[in-house]
Amino acid sequence: MTSTVAGIPAIATVPPIVSHRLARRHTRHIKERIIEFFLFLAAASSVFTTFAIVYILVSESWVFFQQVPLRDFLFDTQWTPLFSDAHYGIMVLLSGTLVSSSVALLVAIPLGTIIAIYLSEFAPFTVREVAKPFLELLGGVPTIIYGYFALLFVTPLLQKIFPELPGFNLLSAGMVMGIMIIPYVSSISEDAMRAVPMNLREGSYAMGATRFQTALRVVTPAALSGIAAAYILGISRAVGETMILAVAAGMQPNLTWNPMEPAATVTAYIVQVALGDLPHGSIGYQTIFAAGLALMLITLFFNILGHLLRKYYRQAY
Amino acid sequence: MNTAPSVAEVRALIVKHKRWDLAFAVIGTLALMVGILTFVALFADMLIDGMPRLNYDFLTSFPSRRPEQAGILSAWVGSTLVMLVTAVAAVPLGVAAAIYLEEYAPKNWVTEIIEVNVTNLAGVPSIVYGLLALGLFVYQFGLGQSILAAGLTLALLILPVVIVATREAIRSIPSAIREGAYALGATRWQMVSQHILPYSIPGILTGVIIGMARAIGETAPVITIGALTFIAFLPPTPISGAFPFLSFEWLTAPFTVMPIQMFNWTSRPEAAFQANAAAAGLVLLVMTLSMNALAIYLRYKLRKNIQW
Repeated sequence: MTSTVAGIPAIATVPPIVSHRLARRHTRHIKERIIEFFLFLAAASSVFTTFAIVYILVSESWVFFQQVPLRDFLFDTQWTPLFSDAHYGIMVLLSGTLVSSSVALLVAIPLGTIIAIYLSEFAPFTVREVAKPFLELLGGVPTIIYGYFALLFVTPLLQKIFPELPGFNLLSAGMVMGIMIIPYVSSISEDAMRAVPMNLREGSYAMGATRFQTALRVVTPAALSGIAAAYILGISRAVGETMILAVAAGMQPNLTWNPMEPAATVTAYIVQVALGDLPHGSIGYQTIFAAGLALMLITLFFNILGHLLRKYYRQAY
Repeated sequence: MNTAPSVAEVRALIVKHKRWDLAFAVIGTLALMVGILTFVALFADMLIDGMPRLNYDFLTSFPSRRPEQAGILSAWVGSTLVMLVTAVAAVPLGVAAAIYLEEYAPKNWVTEIIEVNVTNLAGVPSIVYGLLALGLFVYQFGLGQSILAAGLTLALLILPVVIVATREAIRSIPSAIREGAYALGATRWQMVSQHILPYSIPGILTGVIIGMARAIGETAPVITIGALTFIAFLPPTPISGAFPFLSFEWLTAPFTVMPIQMFNWTSRPEAAFQANAAAAGLVLLVMTLSMNALAIYLRYKLRKNIQW
């Protein structure tokens, strides 16, 4: 410990008794150690949480997989765990997740990227100062409110364009989810672009490039890994989003690739079972842990990928 | 070999490319407008649908089968109590973890693992936290569908937010402050508790507010642990007339929270209940937005005022 003062000679004419000084130093030392230990425990709680998540999901899914072979879980094309003729094909739920996430990303990625480029390279200072908090507020709206908005505002609006659109559908849920993800995509992308050093831009301007050319051909490629990380974190958000889908996309499992249909996602299914009155330990109940495990693995994959990309762009300059 | 372009040609080229600049500025503004207009539409939608239902009775009534008599009393009381548990659990734990990572942690693989975990936990979908809480708090610890279980779940959920914000606040304090404290003979903990912590409080506060705003709007994990949607009573009061004056019975009481109440009303087919949902949504929206706005304002002030 460099923090102790024992090595400094006393200035006072009567030196304090050494043993007293050492005794005090000793208790100080122990106290410091205890505090450090507790702080370490607090930090380690994140590791415990991760372990607890993995332990709960795996051990509860274990009960499920003892009765349902993994092959059926992955390749069956029906998801009817609550019927007497039970089928457990996670593919059905994944199709809902995939379609809704795709719609969301088709909205969030172009808009988020354009907003990021605009805010980082084009917008005047005042626009940026006003727009950024606004976007942040957009990201702070509770998802249940987005769900209400999708079901009772966007769907009726879309039904004016597509009269055959059912009341519950993946399209409106996905679109609203896309709007929700815009702030995540735009803020991380913008951070990446602003991390691009100024002299790259100056070099480009010196060659006679315009703002647009500089943004598109110099800044964007230089920030590419950060932008990719933003997209990937956006994907992980979309896959894990629950309430918008539970409210606006219906809860009927439906193997479909058509966003105009209602379908349950992995997350919406978990909510549906949790709202019901199945007893803990029944096979129907254990399905939610298996579904959660699938969800966790998918988002974990994207999170790690995004994390690595982000680390990469931080080290680039 | 091309001949060199004439001045007029070069000018035309410049004008052409400048037009692209303008076009993109317009596209960018439009994209930004999509976001901002959606936000305005969302707010206006809630306001138009919900305002007629929003009155004093709505805030002080229990939910009811008759939509015009229903209110959000049990929901907002539940939300408040759950938030209380969340704050008590998440703030000390998060701040302590951040202090360890910034001021104590040696550079080794243990620290590396902790850091990776914090980043990873921030990206875990909230419903997975719900499943964790269902398996761990509700069944293994036997907490049941209680306020305590919900509060702890949400505390785990916002822990990464608190940790990250606190770390940023601590990191922005220049090392001269630390060296000054050490030079005066302070121990590490004295330095942290008397200098680092007080100076980083505004930053920590910002993070805590953002985390709480997120927690108060979270629906999925609380539904997953099995919070009831129809609660027509309040949890026991924390303060009692008789000794020992403080009661913790409310921690184990069944409850509902604002977003669940809203979800329940939204998923009913009757329009009258959906108006209730909008009114509840409006209250929730105002709560989260004002918390977020406060955090943004605090950060803005902070950036302006503190120059080391």
